[in-house]
Amino acid sequence: MNEHAWRGFTPGPWRQRIDVRDFLQRNYTPYDGDESFLQPATARTERLRDKLRDLVRLEREWGGVLDIDTSTVSSLLTYAPGYLDRDREIIVGLQTNRPLKRGVNPFGGIRMARSACEAYGYALDAKVEEYFRYRTTHNDGVFRVYTDEMRAARRSGVITGLPDAYGRGRIIGDYRRVALYGVDRLIEGKLSDQAELARRPMTEENIRLSEELYRQIDFLRQLKEMAAGYGHDISLAAADARQAVQWTYFAYLGAIKEQNGAAMSLGRVGTFLDVYFQRDLCAGLLDESGAQEIVDDFLLKLRMARQLRTPEYNELFAGDPTWVTEAVGGMGEDGRTLVTRTSYRFLHTLRTLGAAPEPNLTVLWATGLPAPFKRYCARLSIETDSIQYENDDVMRPDFGDDYGIACCVSAMRIGRQMQFFGARCNLPKVLLMALNGGRDELSGEQIGPQTAPIGDGPLEYADVCRRYEFYRDWLAALYVNTMNVIHYMHDKYAYEKLQMALHDTHVERFMAFGVAGLSVLADSLSAIRHARVTPVRGAGGLIREFRVEGEYPAFGNDDDRVDSLAAEIVRDFLATLRKTPCYRGAEPTLSVLTITSNVVYGKKTGATPDGRKAGEPFAPGANPLHHRDRMGAVASLNSVAKVPYECCRDGISCTFSVTPQALGRADGEQVRNVVAILDGYFAQRAHHLNLNVLNREHLVEAMERPERHPHLTIRVSGYAVNFHTLSRAQQEEVVARTFHERL
Amino acid sequence: MTGRVHSIETLGALDGPGLRVVVFLQGCPLRCLYCHNPDTWSGRGGQEWDATAVVDRVLRSRPYFTQGGGVTLSGGEPLVQARFAAEILRRCREAEIHTALDTAGAALTPDVRRALDFADLVLLDVKHADAARHRALTSGKLATTLAFLRHVDDSGIDLWVRQVIVPGWNDSPDDLRRLAGVLHPLRTLRKIELLPYHAMARAKYAAMDLACPLEGLAPPDEAMMARCRATLTVLLDRPVD
Repeated sequence: MNEHAWRGFTPGPWRQRIDVRDFLQRNYTPYDGDESFLQPATARTERLRDKLRDLVRLEREWGGVLDIDTSTVSSLLTYAPGYLDRDREIIVGLQTNRPLKRGVNPFGGIRMARSACEAYGYALDAKVEEYFRYRTTHNDGVFRVYTDEMRAARRSGVITGLPDAYGRGRIIGDYRRVALYGVDRLIEGKLSDQAELARRPMTEENIRLSEELYRQIDFLRQLKEMAAGYGHDISLAAADARQAVQWTYFAYLGAIKEQNGAAMSLGRVGTFLDVYFQRDLCAGLLDESGAQEIVDDFLLKLRMARQLRTPEYNELFAGDPTWVTEAVGGMGEDGRTLVTRTSYRFLHTLRTLGAAPEPNLTVLWATGLPAPFKRYCARLSIETDSIQYENDDVMRPDFGDDYGIACCVSAMRIGRQMQFFGARCNLPKVLLMALNGGRDELSGEQIGPQTAPIGDGPLEYADVCRRYEFYRDWLAALYVNTMNVIHYMHDKYAYEKLQMALHDTHVERFMAFGVAGLSVLADSLSAIRHARVTPVRGAGGLIREFRVEGEYPAFGNDDDRVDSLAAEIVRDFLATLRKTPCYRGAEPTLSVLTITSNVVYGKKTGATPDGRKAGEPFAPGANPLHHRDRMGAVASLNSVAKVPYECCRDGISCTFSVTPQALGRADGEQVRNVVAILDGYFAQRAHHLNLNVLNREHLVEAMERPERHPHLTIRVSGYAVNFHTLSRAQQEEVVARTFHERL
Repeated sequence: MTGRVHSIETLGALDGPGLRVVVFLQGCPLRCLYCHNPDTWSGRGGQEWDATAVVDRVLRSRPYFTQGGGVTLSGGEPLVQARFAAEILRRCREAEIHTALDTAGAALTPDVRRALDFADLVLLDVKHADAARHRALTSGKLATTLAFLRHVDDSGIDLWVRQVIVPGWNDSPDDLRRLAGVLHPLRTLRKIELLPYHAMARAKYAAMDLACPLEGLAPPDEAMMARCRATLTVLLDRPVD
């Protein structure tokens, strides 16, 4: 049936079974050249880009939301087809019937949908309210089962950001399968899996999976119908590059219509699509400009993905992110690079369409990447600050060479593994709870088991560790159990039908736990061990603050005395999590990632023994706390690199900001130095780097939000200073100068 | 062997080729009017470090040296602690790490010569090429700097000359002609950079209760820098950064 679509492809097992990787390996063309083949945006692309820019400007001016359809529940078939510019679009499909108009998706929780509408001056339609009065949402289910202890922990913020009121996301459908096989073949596969399940004993597990399969098949059929609405028949495999992109996009579009998950990654489609581009280019059906145009149109659509969120949600995840994460580059297990011309085309959209946060372009860095590609990435980072980097050399041994990144840093084999997203727990707060006998250090509420609070006088390291371990163990078990409740209910009431249809029926599951405040806890323990830390009590006997006398080694200075504490903290925490069984046999993993919630976490946490004051932000992810790294950025990166990836397989995030001037005077020097930073950091098995090369506008932002740019280094005629060591007046002076010209 | 270290910057991208660990040593015999590091003047400030500990720090950055890179000793005037500097450079060179000295060339003692034996690159600010004005600007002797430059040249050590342009002090065509005269005969000169004077150190002076000698002097604008670069380019018939 797919013979025409597969013409010219090297055959293999992929023809008999669903195996995109096998197809890819047999058919892709590695590219180790430079970017000189790329073509600029066409007039058509520029026109569409400008049209979207105008809409985005309006959206911003109107308070962040352009429009909401409050009377329709978002799904695959609930909106009429929508277009940005019907006559000129190459790739079609919108989430609702109008560009940037948001749909409501109350399956995660009706309250969230209602308050999001209200926050932007809308009211959820009575019909929708009425319908969900008789329908259990994920949020309803969770709160039916949450124990008092879970509610208390959630209230105090010691575990926070849990996906108990919104879509959990972090699941990556293998959207490529639709292009390679067509929907009919996928349905056929699911039907035969269903038949196989029917031969097994009807255990609870088997019944659940059988029902899930029924729903997966239902949604695959709906996907075909959705595409038909746009005039495309996706029953069969895509026959050319444009169709391959269109089919892949339809699959992704169906997913974001059906789910408003916190992070809805795209996966790793570029190198797959390159096979089709390459075939069309060789056959003379397409030229480079045409290929770029298709890619541009596709990524323009991805930039239009929107979900309806509440303002409180945005406090945790600022900037209305959707995490359309696409993994670019990396190396194959056979040693060939997975960089293709289409890897360049994807990155090139940062020029053809301009810099943008979405899709979240994630370069999989490896020692063996082609040098011209490394330089191209570095150059684009300097230009746009729009790329994040992750270490393919540490992920490939665990996840093979066909993994994607969910959200920011979470690797999983595409179509074969999924994860139960678990937000994060606040480690410094656990420590404070341990010192306060199980009470919340701010409210005084008894959250954990009651013990005698620590005595007066200087803290003793061994005593503090013993107490911390007791509460850590208590919290880890509570955390696992809470996650079990959440994901049981999410599977039951907000199951990802389409995304799971684009997975193998029998998937491997991770349960992704997280920690916030790693550097604060490491520094606190270091202070207790190496300096003299005395608690100062306030009202009700709660510790109000700590008096710190003497110096202590702080995380971020490449000092093993404290960096080893950070490593032990995550190692021990994971080991503790493992003691409680996870829902559906999931394997627990851990991340050190906060997105932007480090600010909120800090706000909800009292003063800590490292000298941090109550309410002050934590550092983001695994970053050292700002101002504590005194040896420059490389020493700071080296500390982060020591957090062991084997204990944090859900990712270790680090954010790094530097001015172009501090990277060298000439452009070529800057590019080489960015490559050197990435090579050096990742050679030490570090996992992730958000790289900001900041220009003047960024500096203004850095003045307002210093915690976001802890390493901002500026070069002033012969020597370097950390931007934050300058007074406000000096900073203003620096900003007032035109950097590229003067420093 | 121990010495006094003001600070270490592990992300140095301007003081030599590639990414560098810049070790700022404590102490300086000069009192340049435009000095932006008055906190490095005193030989007693900073922290005491063992040379091997400094080298261990440098080694931690080795993975970042894929595009060039290495260690640069700066200051203060690193050659005030010439033996300590020599020890660090010797050990780094043994470890096959590129070594650079960022100096004013204000001394040429046997210890300084020994330190230079272990330097792959010298970065030097002439500051002023007229002896009287040099003295007024830096309190040092131009003759010493010139002798130092000759020694570097004779030893075949690569040289980058950097000069901070201080308006009204060393930016006139005559000043630049004199500078060109000094640079012209140097065979190991690889790079010339002119850097604008800046007034960012005012807060440091205030914190140390010192008067800022050039208080009120505006930094050179880009037009002045371009003019100086163009003049020197013509005079030397080579590019000036």
